[in-house]
Amino acid sequence: MGKTLFEKIWDKHVVKQIEDGPSVVYIDKHFIHEVTSPQAFSGIEKRGAQLFRPQQIVATADHNVPTMQQELPIKDALSKFQVDTLIDNCKKHGVELYGLGHKYQGIVHVIGPELGITQPGMTIVCGDSHTSTHGAFGSIAFGIGTSEVEMVFAAQCIMQSKPKVMRINIDGALKNGVVSKDIILYIIAQISASGATGYFVEYAGSAIRALSMEARMTICNMSIEMGARGGMIAPDQTTFDYIKGRLFAPQGADWDKKLASWKELYTDADAKFDVEININAEDIDPMITYGTNPGMGLSVRGTLPTIESFTDATEKQNYEKALAYMGLTAGQSLLGMPVQNVFIGSCTNSRIEDFRLVASIIKGKQKDPTIKTLIVPGSQEVAKQIKAEGLDKIFADAGVEIRQAGCSACLGMNEDKIPAGEYCVSTSNRNFEGRQGAGARTLLASPLTAAAALLTGKITDIRDIL
Amino acid sequence: MQSLQKITSQFIPLRIENVDTDQIIPARFLKATTKDGFGKNLFRDWRYENDDETKPKVDFVLNQKQYSGAILVAAKNFGCGSSREHAAWSIQDYGFKVVVSSFFADIFKNNALNNGVLPVTVSDAFLQQIFAQGAEDTLSVDLEAQTITIDATGAQEKFDINSYKKTCMLNGYDDIDYLLNMKPEIEAYEKANQ
Repeated sequence: MGKTLFEKIWDKHVVKQIEDGPSVVYIDKHFIHEVTSPQAFSGIEKRGAQLFRPQQIVATADHNVPTMQQELPIKDALSKFQVDTLIDNCKKHGVELYGLGHKYQGIVHVIGPELGITQPGMTIVCGDSHTSTHGAFGSIAFGIGTSEVEMVFAAQCIMQSKPKVMRINIDGALKNGVVSKDIILYIIAQISASGATGYFVEYAGSAIRALSMEARMTICNMSIEMGARGGMIAPDQTTFDYIKGRLFAPQGADWDKKLASWKELYTDADAKFDVEININAEDIDPMITYGTNPGMGLSVRGTLPTIESFTDATEKQNYEKALAYMGLTAGQSLLGMPVQNVFIGSCTNSRIEDFRLVASIIKGKQKDPTIKTLIVPGSQEVAKQIKAEGLDKIFADAGVEIRQAGCSACLGMNEDKIPAGEYCVSTSNRNFEGRQGAGARTLLASPLTAAAALLTGKITDIRDIL
Repeated sequence: MQSLQKITSQFIPLRIENVDTDQIIPARFLKATTKDGFGKNLFRDWRYENDDETKPKVDFVLNQKQYSGAILVAAKNFGCGSSREHAAWSIQDYGFKVVVSSFFADIFKNNALNNGVLPVTVSDAFLQQIFAQGAEDTLSVDLEAQTITIDATGAQEKFDINSYKKTCMLNGYDDIDYLLNMKPEIEAYEKANQ
């Protein structure tokens, strides 16, 4: 029997299979950031051990950094200490750091691909659940905890039980106004926030093949939001064209050799998945979430479920809790509802194509005067590109300020937060209670839908203004 | 890591599904550079009004005096969301040794096991039986036998754990010790796969 893409890469990286236990899996690339690494560094030091392969680690500061005046010292003392600790640790242990002020600094899942560090066939980990982003290149990439960060420091390996495999096929053409963010929000709404727990997901089908690398990253990024260990897409010419010529991409004879091996990375025709799901791309509308987990999403033209549609008592109670938190009513429509904030950024949607999409909508227009914005490029490179393409002028003319690179208001950790009780249309990945700040009400959507809200001050079907 | 063999304790029932790690420990508490002291911020925004420790929310179960114990029992999909191990640290630091649910998110489950907190997965029906017990009732978890028992009724269920992780937990070993001893094999793997 043939192998799935996942199995081909996994099998190649198993150093040892422990009997009735996990596999010891070799890790090719390890990304670290300031929040989930300090306890791993101190753990290694306490054991009197060394970092085993520091040259396979890349560090950046992204979660706990301001997105304005990055050239000044960080104001919050705890944040400053955490970022300084990363600098000290990297220096002490010989780890390459793209810290604040560095031209390659940015959100860890944006810089890895853009620098050509992320490549097909690799195993990639990071102490961050959105590490699944890198799976868009046909790699096995997943988030880990800090104990596991310490494991990779110690031995460049991790202990993992082999997950089951699921394939999600999306075929057909996307409707006008529908982008990759809508595809993944649609999938999660279909299978729920825990629908892929225990699985590694491969996304396939003609609609996926037609997507750019950046659009594919958006889809793989949110795999964790349905519980999946990770998500991946088989590499193809789109992938190879994206990587070629990037800073850390293979070159010359090495490129030819690597390319030949990357072309072997696909699921064999006779390989078996534990679960297979088929989705028709034409069924997907621009999506928006209404609740407090990413599975609570619907078409921007849809209506919220009724209370009566829940038969299970706990589920009903959870739905009512979510409605109360969000200040919404069962059965209502979201269309036309005023919102106060728009956040465009995060490892899900902060790449140059996202900014091009938004610019295409707001060009020559003014933002709604009531809307507060947090518009945050994913990296210094993206910020540079925005300027090079003149997009910064389009944003400035629309009355919108572009900030500096970082995770920003995605997670309510740094200075960028959404005020309690206010709604925010966000291109990020989580709408949990308090995720964007205590009491903040998050509505996840695509950059297009966010751009529409920016102009109208309301939840708007982008197709009404295209 | 602390070892765990058997435990009999009252439990704290958290009848909420999809408890995500942002609820377990909100991101603003992730600025620490050590593993200590996270327990006081466990479920912070569910525990206190306006982030004010002098104003506990009376309807939240951790604030209800009748409930206590080293076992947390939660509805399905516990620990979803962010990979922050701070979630496991806060649960452990608060004093929990076992978390029971009908379904755990993957990363949280690993993080818990790596910190001496035992995740016990039970059937939906058994979970409902636990929720039906009173605040005084106890649960007994026996890791060696892989059983969880509702002591008042004698109802019992077996739970799964792979034998490697079980051995680690029974003895308080961790994965890093194991991996450090594997270095020659890892170097051989690197050589063969260059």
